[in-house]
Amino acid sequence: MESNIRFIQGNEAIVEGAIYAGVQFYAGYPITPSTEMAEILSEKLPRIGGTFIQMEDEISSMCAIIGASLTGLKVMTATSGPGFSLMQEAIGYAVMAEVPSVVVNVQRGGPSTGLPTSVAQGDVMQARWGIHGDHSIIALTASSLKDAFLMTVEAFNLAETFRTPVILLFDEVVAHMREKVEIPQPGEIEVVGRLHTSVPEGTDYHPYLTREDGRLPMSDFGGVHRYNVTGLVHNMWGFPSTDPKVSYDLLHHLVDKLENRADNIANYKEYFIEDADIVLISYGSSARSALQMVEERRKRGIKVGLLELQTLWPFPAKTVREKCEGCSHVLVVEMNMGQICQEVKKAVSRPEKVYLANRFDGIFISHTDILRTLNMIQGKGV
Amino acid sequence: MSAKDYLRQSFFPHMWCPGCGHGIVMGNMLRAIEGLGLEKNEVVVVSGIGCSSRMPGYLDFHTMHTLHGRALAFAMGVKMGRPELTVIVPMGDGDAAAIGGNHFIHAARRNIDLTAIIMNNRIYGMTGGQFSPMTPFGEMGTTAPYGSIDHAFDLVELAKGAGASFVARTTAYHVKEMTDIISKAITHKGFSMVEVMSQCPTYYGRKNKLGSAVDMLKRFKDDTAPIGSKKKEQYPDMIERGIFKEEDAPEYSASYQALVERQQS
Repeated sequence: MESNIRFIQGNEAIVEGAIYAGVQFYAGYPITPSTEMAEILSEKLPRIGGTFIQMEDEISSMCAIIGASLTGLKVMTATSGPGFSLMQEAIGYAVMAEVPSVVVNVQRGGPSTGLPTSVAQGDVMQARWGIHGDHSIIALTASSLKDAFLMTVEAFNLAETFRTPVILLFDEVVAHMREKVEIPQPGEIEVVGRLHTSVPEGTDYHPYLTREDGRLPMSDFGGVHRYNVTGLVHNMWGFPSTDPKVSYDLLHHLVDKLENRADNIANYKEYFIEDADIVLISYGSSARSALQMVEERRKRGIKVGLLELQTLWPFPAKTVREKCEGCSHVLVVEMNMGQICQEVKKAVSRPEKVYLANRFDGIFISHTDILRTLNMIQGKGV
Repeated sequence: MSAKDYLRQSFFPHMWCPGCGHGIVMGNMLRAIEGLGLEKNEVVVVSGIGCSSRMPGYLDFHTMHTLHGRALAFAMGVKMGRPELTVIVPMGDGDAAAIGGNHFIHAARRNIDLTAIIMNNRIYGMTGGQFSPMTPFGEMGTTAPYGSIDHAFDLVELAKGAGASFVARTTAYHVKEMTDIISKAITHKGFSMVEVMSQCPTYYGRKNKLGSAVDMLKRFKDDTAPIGSKKKEQYPDMIERGIFKEEDAPEYSASYQALVERQQS
């Protein structure tokens, strides 16, 4: 087979991943630093028979992809901080109505309009808790363009498997850098399709009746089953209900379907963890600097390792605890004021051994920034 | 088939107050669908939030009850996903003209083939009677205890100005006219806006001392006149009813399909 090696930008790698996963519908609104995805898809989607629409804002973009998903299509939108804030209302709807959808948020400096062209990882908690009410959500990230491609395919797969919105939480550095990417051949990576109900026409179909394996088969709008979709608490028919038991069961279902599988569905990479005395935990572009520092220190015989998280939510607490069990210190590297650091402290058995190396000033965190904190931990001063 | 065959009767009773106009609109919408001979599986009804937006749950079509103001944005995704389906969007006046105002003008501008039926009762009913963008200047609401100082939209002018290719107004009193207009709106290829003046005796009527539901319906008869009628000529303050605009214009989903065909050929 002919190899397909390309030298592309991060946003283009995400688009390639989406196309590989079978995206058929995109609705979006221009915003830096994610706009290239809309531009590329506006050119590519019509050629493959897909649909690209530019909406009047991010609110309607998220709403439109949910509507299109219910007609049986694989859908996505892409945005950055301010647009992600506007999408929260409809992301909550997709959680409640269990509509597969993929939302890319290329993080930039915030809050508010913040730093539109600078890097940050400040939306980690917004991805988790941006919508109101108890819920769970999946958020994935990556540090290289190859992984950005793979995580995008994974996002579509998880969205279909769990009937949920999936957030792709990239950052400006990953979205805008250029790197060599080998696009896999068709069939090389698993692509999960829409699970359709086997209930025949004329027989009652319950859109919210969970199968034994926990999955909920769907039926496309325009097909032979007619049912109701609502953002209200609903029963197995999709009809609104205020019955406390219906409410209790639905919330448990929405949370448990993801949280109970957190460590099974977690994607992560590890470097030199086995004998590490100090474990760095990082994700996204920060993990590149963390890895550089780890490799340099290893050359000097210092036992440091790196756990690179690719699944941020649901947080893989058990995995983090196990990987950090034998080390004396944990150093979380991220470009915010400690959003994942707090999760790590909750996960490990000794939270007092967790330190933070960070930047949140729009400048990419370097290996020397991280080294400064490492030296401090080792009592070498700064 | 009769209109009631399109109902999900197991989900009744409905939640509308006695005397509410929305049930009349639902009945006439179903008569229009029946008259057009549409199959249940060909119709999608998408709504937002509010009293009128509870309608889809009672209907045996593909139905979606979404977010306040966002029904047209969801409907846009449905229509672009499956352009062959008939997509109807029942809305309230607060839903369509306040929180959803932006989606409304942009759906109209694109001229996408959706039928927006705006039940205008001039009040937020579900939250208990606050003034809406359709409450006339000086009228009362629970958040306008001294009379509203806001000015109301003219939905017909708004829809025309935004680019809708089918624009009409009728009332809950004029049931045959309503069925006929909704039928034409559904058939029309492009964005159709039908404003139906609907009565809310519970809040708008009570707050503004308009009497019973019957009294309010009688006002729709007395205070409105067909477009260009003698009655309108004689009494220029009458609210006009009828089809204000019906024109052929490029429809959005068809334009997109043509674009795809050009790129693939």
